[in-house]
Amino acid sequence: MTVRKNQASLTAAEKRSFVDALLELKRTGQYDTFVTTHNAFIMSDTDSGDRVGHRSPSFLPWHRRFLIQFEQALQAIDPALALPYWDWTADRTASASLWAPGFLGGTGRSRDGQVTEGPFAVSGGRWPVTVTVDGRGFLRRALGSGVAQLPTRAEVDSVLAMPTYDTAPWNSASSDGFRNHLEGWRGVNLHNRVHVWVGGQMATGASPNDPVFWLHHAFIDRLWAQWQARHPRSAYLPAGATRNVVSLNDVMRPWNDVTPAEMLDHTKFYTFDTLA
Amino acid sequence: MSQLTRRRALGATATVLTGLVLTGFARTAGASSEPRTADPKHNAGHAGHTGHAGHEGPQPFSETFQGRRIEGAPSHGEGHHGGYAVQIDGEELHVMQNADSTWVSVINHYETFATPRAVARAAVIELQGSELVPLA
Repeated sequence: MTVRKNQASLTAAEKRSFVDALLELKRTGQYDTFVTTHNAFIMSDTDSGDRVGHRSPSFLPWHRRFLIQFEQALQAIDPALALPYWDWTADRTASASLWAPGFLGGTGRSRDGQVTEGPFAVSGGRWPVTVTVDGRGFLRRALGSGVAQLPTRAEVDSVLAMPTYDTAPWNSASSDGFRNHLEGWRGVNLHNRVHVWVGGQMATGASPNDPVFWLHHAFIDRLWAQWQARHPRSAYLPAGATRNVVSLNDVMRPWNDVTPAEMLDHTKFYTFDTLA
Repeated sequence: MSQLTRRRALGATATVLTGLVLTGFARTAGASSEPRTADPKHNAGHAGHTGHAGHEGPQPFSETFQGRRIEGAPSHGEGHHGGYAVQIDGEELHVMQNADSTWVSVINHYETFATPRAVARAAVIELQGSELVPLA
């Protein structure tokens, strides 16, 4: 059974196994298919049209399915692997061990954003960035530059306290639901702010170019599970057919064989080291 | 441009940009004057400000910003660009209008900007002189 752990508690050997599998997925070309898929949804998910991966109720089940597929690709290389999660309320500075040269490497240099240390630095030759928004074919970051502070535990708790999953108009303007406050278009801004805090490719539609994307979304996914535990009587919404959005029993692109209803219980697929 | 000069220029420009975003663009009819949502203390101000998409869009603009030619104008393409197209040095920057009339681009996708001009300038800053590569 897959157990997703806090990245801060991984052993050096576990970090190395995870990094090695990422590098192998990059080498075979599989990694970049995930970047391409994500960017295609970022550009086509709109507030006034069809929306599946972002700015809509299915933001959470879509990314859960996306992460499961990625985790399965990692496990095809090393069956012992699970996606780690990054609790950015706790590991909230550029000096956190997450960014050490032995794990994800640190921030980018100022003149072009280039990450120069760690296994994903361009100098290592094993992390070419090919699905890109600009001419820079290397991993970029600007930790803490686009926004100074990561969300706090108190801010997370305020969003977890919201009792309703999502509300009309079921997009980035939804003013009173858990999903849009977690996604970050309204309120204290959780998920979006972390993308901006990391900067570089993480701020773009091609954000999975940075491996931290998976650790960030594994934590967002865990927050969804925590919210479900706190609000056992709050259901995924909308329940019935709703224009342009994925309701409970609609299938989600690009898979077309999975519904939000089938994604509600993560324990069918993995558990967390702790949900507390 | 030397590193030092570029850094100084970026810093000065960012200051100017912040000022413009906070005060809004006087020449841009119908544009929101709301600041970037990345700043949580301003973000709450977006609540209740909805439903402006599709009404009078922003006006065309054309300027040189940090040595890059940025242009924007209403387009008659499909609606998911907000009926507005932005170019940097002639290459299209994929932009999108949010339901509350703010804007994002593929370069700055997780924060919002008041106008297409602001989102184009932010992309120029982010590009740091690199070429824009339009994605399909």
